Amino acid sequence: MDYAYTLIILLLPLVTFLGLGLLSKRLPVALAGIIGTANLFIIAALSCATAFTYFTQEAGEAGFEAIEAYKITWLPLTDKLIIHLGILLDPLSVMMLVVITLVSAMVHLYSIGYMKGEKGYTRYFAFLSLFTFSMLGLVVATNIFQMYIFWELVGVSSYLLIGFYYQKPSAVAASKKAFIVTRFADLGFLVGILILSFNTGTFEFQTLTSLQGPVIGQASTAAFMGLSVTTWALLLIFMGGAGKSAMFPLHIWLPDAMEGPTPVSALIHAATMVVAGVYLVARLFPAYALSAPDALTVIMYVGSFTSLFAAVIACTQLDIKRVLAFSTLSQIGYMMVALGVSGYGGEAGLGYMASLFHLFTHAFFKALLFLGAGSVIHAVHSNLMTEMGGLRKSMPVTHLTFLVACLTIAGIPPLSGFFSKDEILVAAFEHNKLIFAVQWLVAGITAFYMFRLYFRIFWNQTPAYHHAPHESPVVMTVPLMFLAIASVVAGFVPFHDLVTSDNKPFETAFHWSIAGPSIAIAVIGILTAAWLYARPSLRPDAISKSLSGVYTAAYNKFYIDEIYLFITKSIIFQFISRPVAWFDRHIVDGTMNFIGNSTVAGSAAIKRMQSGHVQLYIWYFASGVLVLALLILYLN
Amino acid sequence: MTWTDVYILRNEVLLTLLVLYHLIVDLTEGKDNGRLVNGTLFGFGLVTAVGFYPVETTSLFGQMFLSDPLRNTLKLILNISTFIILLQSASWLRKPENQPKTGAFYMLIFSTLMGMSFMISAGNFLMLYLGLETATLPLTLLAAFDKKLRRSAEAGIKLLMSSAVSSAVLLMGLSLLYGSYGTLYFSEMASLTDAQALSVFGLVLFVAGFGFKLSLVPFHLWTADVYEGSPLPVTMYFSVVSKGAALFTLMLVLYNVFTLYPKSWTLAAYLLSVTTMVVGNLFALRQKNLKRFLAFSSITQAGFMMLGFVNNDNLGMTTVVYFMMIYSLSNLAVFGVLSMVFNATGKENIEDFNGFYLTNPRLSLIMLLALFSLAGIPPVAGFFGKFFLFTAAAAKGLYILVFIAVINATISLYYYLLVVKAMFINKSEAPVATLTSTWQEKLAFTICLVGIAAIGFVSGVYDYIASLI
Repeated sequence: MDYAYTLIILLLPLVTFLGLGLLSKRLPVALAGIIGTANLFIIAALSCATAFTYFTQEAGEAGFEAIEAYKITWLPLTDKLIIHLGILLDPLSVMMLVVITLVSAMVHLYSIGYMKGEKGYTRYFAFLSLFTFSMLGLVVATNIFQMYIFWELVGVSSYLLIGFYYQKPSAVAASKKAFIVTRFADLGFLVGILILSFNTGTFEFQTLTSLQGPVIGQASTAAFMGLSVTTWALLLIFMGGAGKSAMFPLHIWLPDAMEGPTPVSALIHAATMVVAGVYLVARLFPAYALSAPDALTVIMYVGSFTSLFAAVIACTQLDIKRVLAFSTLSQIGYMMVALGVSGYGGEAGLGYMASLFHLFTHAFFKALLFLGAGSVIHAVHSNLMTEMGGLRKSMPVTHLTFLVACLTIAGIPPLSGFFSKDEILVAAFEHNKLIFAVQWLVAGITAFYMFRLYFRIFWNQTPAYHHAPHESPVVMTVPLMFLAIASVVAGFVPFHDLVTSDNKPFETAFHWSIAGPSIAIAVIGILTAAWLYARPSLRPDAISKSLSGVYTAAYNKFYIDEIYLFITKSIIFQFISRPVAWFDRHIVDGTMNFIGNSTVAGSAAIKRMQSGHVQLYIWYFASGVLVLALLILYLN
Repeated sequence: MTWTDVYILRNEVLLTLLVLYHLIVDLTEGKDNGRLVNGTLFGFGLVTAVGFYPVETTSLFGQMFLSDPLRNTLKLILNISTFIILLQSASWLRKPENQPKTGAFYMLIFSTLMGMSFMISAGNFLMLYLGLETATLPLTLLAAFDKKLRRSAEAGIKLLMSSAVSSAVLLMGLSLLYGSYGTLYFSEMASLTDAQALSVFGLVLFVAGFGFKLSLVPFHLWTADVYEGSPLPVTMYFSVVSKGAALFTLMLVLYNVFTLYPKSWTLAAYLLSVTTMVVGNLFALRQKNLKRFLAFSSITQAGFMMLGFVNNDNLGMTTVVYFMMIYSLSNLAVFGVLSMVFNATGKENIEDFNGFYLTNPRLSLIMLLALFSLAGIPPVAGFFGKFFLFTAAAAKGLYILVFIAVINATISLYYYLLVVKAMFINKSEAPVATLTSTWQEKLAFTICLVGIAAIGFVSGVYDYIASLI
């Protein structure tokens, strides 16, 4: 099969971005949304077709072959170290293509309704296309350097979209925060890339993950502070991934990023960009699993801690988008845990498969949750759950689809979230009992806070709305329904036959011993939430009062933001920035001013040379010739 | 002469035909010159296009006239620059006071271009000198083209007198060289290694003669007066085509004839580069008149070009040609905007550009890009041009020179940005009114902008030049 046509998938969003960006003032406003959405449907169809052909035709004896559908040489740095640009198709990237284009298409369609009448409508769609292009470029990258380029492009487009309402100071602050925090993490990524490529002489994923390659087969023995150089490099690369995927302690930007338009949150901060860290680790997984198991252990603990930490905070938040943001953190934590507990090859790679399976299902149900929340916000013009309630009658489609999503994330069978979470728990159980216990507990907390959200929005007391809330238009409800269906059926995709750590299918068994308790704790969570929030009652307040210290700490996100501010303002600004600023102002600027002033003085001193008298000109000419000749004769 | 010979001489023959045509047509043409202007643009466009057909390495008239792909490309660069100038001068020629002189203008332009073409193709110093004089005499007439204006007449006289001196010095140098070698043929001189005081002195005089054309300090003093006094299209021609021809010829002679003792001329290039960059910058800083400003800016740029000459390998030649190409396009874009403003309002001071962005956003952006290119700001082509020149000098280990050049590039950034500041930041009570450009101007700007935007990125351009050398 020739997959060169996949280049269209990559380039069409870029063309859309350039077209919408350059022609923004000439196009009729309504057309921008239609063009953007139509393009996304085309590439979504192409991606699905690619996935279908790939998974049906490329299965060989040794599992799925990785195919380089397109490749050009970009920068030949040395004979060995060459940077290519290309498209790599393997089960992982093909799966990501489907997820990104499907969710993006739905978000585009939804945005036509959600963003209607907003100032900057065309700009919004242009940025969405730019994001889609960057994200697709990231997942099909053939080498880590290309990935890094698109990684940064993704960061830029995320920045642009978070700050979409640039008149709002909070949106500007949030976009700046997101950019700076992820850039800081990317510093680690870049250093990791440099170490890795310096030691291996390659950027190519195929070589880096090859079992006979320079990372795994001929690993260097150099070590630094007790860990091998490879481990350090992979840990630093994970730092970049942790930044994008908002792992503790680099998670602080994600809740603030909810300042962007809600469909953006659905696409970027739930389904696609934030899982880039998971994707990155999965992409280099053989290297992690076989030559840096210590790094995987770190990933496991970071993921597990983040998932618990974020789940606790999610229980206390009142802004519905922030609840979803913390839930995203928690779910990505699950994916990281799954990678952390996984081994390489066959059934040992169960965690790897489970992680990507969860990535796949999470993309659909989390996008659905965000779009549902957007629909609610659209109707009641507020983000706060205290100003919502009783919406199940006025918004039936939103209500039902939201319920499906909540059941899915809570892990109720036979919805997709149940299957993927179950695989993660099985993998964790086999690897580390403590981690299993934590993740099992988090499953219960998840069910609790999701249904807290659900009951507060759709049941409970109906507040006095300014005008009666009504169901959203069809362009917004159709994506909701599509994603609801996807959330239901995604669990039946036979992932263990398709996306595995060594690209070979393996058998998985169903364990009631694990599924049973996990269903039980989910049901307990749901019932607790119903008991507390289904009707107006004083119980929630009583509980939060009795837990006052813990509650306040969780409500304030455990003061992580304040700690960062203390470190930057009181320590870095005070003791590093100030002296540097003094040096800059007095020494550096002083030198520059001196050069500038002496240049001007020199200029004034020689102005009489240009007198306008030809005889003087000739005199200068003749003297110049003589001096030059003498100098050269002398120096020769 | 056979047809093959005519094909080899095609550029010179076609230019001569154009000169003859304009001599005749000048007698018969009526009052309105619209057809003549457009017809000439078309005709010269064809002549330029002919240059894209490849040539082979060969010679005519017993080594007097050389032809090879490199020389053909150099002529092509000059032709394209001239074509852009003719495009930009169209609306100036359509003015009533210039209508009767149109034929004369074209005749003079093509004569001097033809002289330069011979100069580049010369294989003998006598031939080179003939080409040089053929190019210089029409130039003095062009400088005095606005004959009723005092400053234009003054420019013509000053140019005539100073170029007479420079020609004398050049001839003196050639005589000394002939005296020490006994031949004027490039091919024969190239194999003689004898670097005595006599021949080195001859070489210095030769370099000084071309330094005059290139406006290297201290042979530059005519530049500002002549640039300011001449009509704008002629100033453009001086700063780009005339300078380019001198640069290319000097380059061909130094690299091909004085191959075996490069030390003396790379040293001369080193010294002239430093003086030219520094003095050009110091003068450019204080200019208020844009034409004078551009005169000194072009002097500084010539100093940068000399950086390439300190490297006597192929790398040096490649970077010089590459830089000249980019400089031509950038400078012509700046001059194009200036000439539109000048034709419409008669203004040519930097402060007249205050508030220009509000009334003419597109022209301001063109000017911005072109100035950035002259200043060498990435990602426009000028950056790559300068970068490669610095590389050429650094490749010879001349880090002090590169350091001086970098400082001068920074200083030049200051005054280029002054113009940008005037256009975009300064406010004005009475900004220049919104201008509309003719199709000729649009075409000229398009060529310049494509070049400025693309040459740096399309690595094929640099590789192509390198492959010729």
